[in-house]
Amino acid sequence: MQTPKQILDTYYLETRCMLLETAAVLDRYDRAAESQGQAESEAKREVLLKALNELANSDRREDRAKTLLELFTEIPT
Amino acid sequence: MQIIQPHYHAIARTAQDYEKMAMSGVVAVAEPAFWAGYDRRHPETFIDYFVQITEFEPTRAAQYGIRHFSWVAVNPKEAENEELTNEVLSQMPEFLDKPTCLGVGETGLHKSTKKEIASLQAHVELAMKHDQLVLIHTPHLSDKAHGTQVTLDVLKEMNVDPEKVWIDHAEEQTIESILDAGYWAGMTLYPITKCSPRRAVDILEKYGSERLLVNSSADWGPSDPFTLQECVLEFRSRGHGLQEAIEIFHNNPCRFLGQNPKFDIKPIKVSTEEE
Repeated sequence: MQTPKQILDTYYLETRCMLLETAAVLDRYDRAAESQGQAESEAKREVLLKALNELANSDRREDRAKTLLELFTEIPT
Repeated sequence: MQIIQPHYHAIARTAQDYEKMAMSGVVAVAEPAFWAGYDRRHPETFIDYFVQITEFEPTRAAQYGIRHFSWVAVNPKEAENEELTNEVLSQMPEFLDKPTCLGVGETGLHKSTKKEIASLQAHVELAMKHDQLVLIHTPHLSDKAHGTQVTLDVLKEMNVDPEKVWIDHAEEQTIESILDAGYWAGMTLYPITKCSPRRAVDILEKYGSERLLVNSSADWGPSDPFTLQECVLEFRSRGHGLQEAIEIFHNNPCRFLGQNPKFDIKPIKVSTEEE
C-alpha cells in the first residue's frame, strides 16, 4: 500500500486536471445557458454539483466513490 | 485539414510521430530551443543543439513532407548560469541567420528569479536588435499567474512591438492580460499539466481567434503531439466550421510566424470549384 504522501504526490496533478475539466464543463454550461437559455432539465448539472458538494463537505472515510455512484443513479444513462 | 504545429520539440520525438502528423494534415512544425532535462554546462553544447535544430531536423521532417522551422535561446531553467547564458547569447546571431530559424525562443521565466529576468531581458534585447520574433515561455502550475505578470511588466519597460511577441502556455487565468497587452497568446495542450484540448476550445469560444495560437509543445516528457488534432476535433464537433478551424490551426501560425519572411507558408481559404 502507498503511503499518504505517496498518494498525494502521485495523484495530485491528475486530480487537479480532472477538477479543472469539471470546472470548465460548468463554465461552458453557464456561458451556453446565458446566450441560449438553460437546458429543459438541469438534473445532470444538479447531480454534478451535489457530487462536488459531497466531496467538499463529507467527513466520510473511504466510501466517497460509492456515495457518488449512488448519487449518479439519479440520472438514467 | 492542413495544420501547423507552431511549438514542437521534434528532437525528442520519433520519426513515427512525423509520419503520423503528416498523415493527419500537419504541414509544418516550429521547434523552439528547450531544456534537455538537465542543466547543460557548456556553451558548446547549446551550439551543437542549435546546429541540430537548424540544420539536421529540417531534413528529418522533410522525409515526411513537413516543413521544419526553429527558434534559438537559452532555456529559463538554465538562466541561473549567467556566464553560460551570455556566451550562448553572443553566438546566437549566427543561428538567427539560418534559413529556417524564425527568432528568439523559448526564453521566459521558470521561477521568476533575478537572473531569469535578466536573461529574459537580454534575449528580448537581442531579438529587437536583430528584428526577430520572440517566443516566451511562462511558468507552469502554481507560478503561472505571477510569472506571466512579471513577464508582462518586463516587456512593458522594453518598448517591444507586441505583434512580434508570442507569450506561450497561457491558461484561463493569464490569457486576458496577455491579449489585453497586445501580444499573441499560445495555448499549450498537455495531457495533465497544462491546458487541455477542451479548455482551449472554451478559451477560443470566449475570446475569439485573433492573436491566439494552439500547440502541443510535445517534448520528451508526458506529452502528445496529437493533442492538437484532439483540439481540432473538439472545435469541429462543437459545430464550428472548417474555415474557422483553418483560421486557428493553420492561418494564425502563418500570420504570426509569417512576420519573418523565412516562414513562407501562406494562409489558406477553402472554396468550392464554383466559387
